[in-house]
Amino acid sequence: MPSLSRDDVAHLAMLARIELTDAELDRMLGELSVILDAVAVVQQAPTEGIEPMSHPLPLVNVTRPDEVRPGLTAAQALSGAPEADQQRFSVPRILTDD
Amino acid sequence: MTDLTAQQDVQAGDEVGSTIESAPQAVMSWQETVAAYDPVLGLEVHVELGTATKMFCGCPTAFGAEPNSQVCPVCLGLPGSLPVVNEIGVESAIRIGLALNCTIAPWCRFARKNYFYPDMPKNFQTSQYDEPIAFDGWLDVDLDDGTVYRVLIERAHMEEDTGKSLHVGGATGRIHGAEFSLVDYNRAGIPLIEIVTKPMTGAGERAPEIARAYVTAVRDLLRALGVSDVKMEQGSLRCDANVSLRQRTKKPEAQADVAFGTRTETKNVNSLRSVERAVRYEMTRHAAILAAGGSILQETRHWHEDTGVTTSGREKSDAEDYRYFPEPDLVPIAPTVQLVERLRTTLPEPPAARRRRLQATWGFSDLEMRDVLNAGAVELIEATVAAGGTPAGARKWWSGEIARRANVEGRELADMGVTPLDVAGLDGLVQEGRLNDSMARQVLDGVLAGEGDPRAVADARGLALVSDDGALAAAVDLVLAANPQLVDKIRAGKVQAAGALIGQVMKAMTGQADAAKVRALILDRVAQ
Repeated sequence: MPSLSRDDVAHLAMLARIELTDAELDRMLGELSVILDAVAVVQQAPTEGIEPMSHPLPLVNVTRPDEVRPGLTAAQALSGAPEADQQRFSVPRILTDD
Repeated sequence: MTDLTAQQDVQAGDEVGSTIESAPQAVMSWQETVAAYDPVLGLEVHVELGTATKMFCGCPTAFGAEPNSQVCPVCLGLPGSLPVVNEIGVESAIRIGLALNCTIAPWCRFARKNYFYPDMPKNFQTSQYDEPIAFDGWLDVDLDDGTVYRVLIERAHMEEDTGKSLHVGGATGRIHGAEFSLVDYNRAGIPLIEIVTKPMTGAGERAPEIARAYVTAVRDLLRALGVSDVKMEQGSLRCDANVSLRQRTKKPEAQADVAFGTRTETKNVNSLRSVERAVRYEMTRHAAILAAGGSILQETRHWHEDTGVTTSGREKSDAEDYRYFPEPDLVPIAPTVQLVERLRTTLPEPPAARRRRLQATWGFSDLEMRDVLNAGAVELIEATVAAGGTPAGARKWWSGEIARRANVEGRELADMGVTPLDVAGLDGLVQEGRLNDSMARQVLDGVLAGEGDPRAVADARGLALVSDDGALAAAVDLVLAANPQLVDKIRAGKVQAAGALIGQVMKAMTGQADAAKVRALILDRVAQ
């Protein structure tokens, strides 16, 4: 099995917006590698000629008619928001990485 | 992450990316650019469907509602909520695919596009990845000179729109200095179809024109399908323009062997004119960098309508960073042959065939029809004729005076504030002999100024041709008596000399006379 590199872990941390110290990076590299190795056992299962499955149910085309259903009021929608302003969800500034 | 900074989200004066590029970038002249380089285009069109509800929940989709008033646990991504696909959303996607001559997938799935960005509260966008519902199509695009460019369609897939972000605070007021982003999720979950072209080659110096013509053709097609209101200014039709340049070869047949250059993706292109201008600008910007020995950074760029330039956005993520995987909460879509064939019967007449039919019905020459198309006036003329206007009159107004004003003001014809009913009314006043052309233009001024419908404006401004034949005849006689030498010329066969006399009569009548009638009167008098 190709093992995980330290750069891979740093990249994943960036995508997940998790800040890791060097020590944490080293620890996660070790732990994630162990997890990957453990899961790698399933790679040995014989899958030749078997269609990959994404859903356990043999269903297709589950749709609903295009009819409006009652939703939440703005007050309800914002009730769980840590911060709100101008009837909008207020979040820390974005685009800093752009 | 579609549409990070749709124009309406960004406050006036914001300059996205301005902290990265503080000075305008160098561009090469257009002539030098197209002489040295061959452009390759790729266009992505996002269209918001005009369904009553969102793609995966029953929330309404009306534009301009109070913030966060059209939301529910599904589109807010609350725990435990489950999406269900909108039937009309799927049918619209299939109809769009069929109209673009695509193959419809017999079986396909939705996929999660994962990213951390607050415009989607789920932390992913439900989209399609390697199994689009429609693929491998084409669209023939009519160009100004009557030639046709065939655009090959890579795919059309279903996804959902994102919320709208408003960036506030910060010392400079610019986005990069913003302290908070305020998010409205009314738009999150609105059905979106993304139409992606294959690389468009062979366009050469016509690339900007072809890009605009393609987006226009897609817009017309979507409008004919009735699947969207296709309003670019409201963001229901959006275009991302991918542009790259490669060295131009001496022999045209060798061009196809040259590898594509690095592309940039320009977003925030919110009008048909902008599509053309943005492609043109990016080509000249790339050319300047390449000619100086530099290399193009693969990145997203933002188009600025006011200044006509693009600025750097974020660097483009690799597709794998989105960690796409099949959406476990939605079962596959498997359109039956019967459904596809039933939907095929609902397709409208293709816009190009329709244009040919209308041209014949209206009796326009090729040149006249081209002017109408260039002005984007087909639908407006059709509506004007339906409202009682004559085809010739409708054409004259829409592709003439109104198009001229729209061009001066840099606006779309349909947004000028004059309706087909107004134009039909204006045409009626001319046809019934009440107004001449210059008076009719004054009435148009009044209609544009919000003074009412054409008849009301004409009444209020007291505009009407003199119908008193006696007064007109008297004015003609006076002018004839004052210009015996011109009268002699006309008698000698120089009929064009009447022009000067008509002008004098019109002046005497302070413009309120029918020039054709004056001309007839003069010739009649002279012949006596």
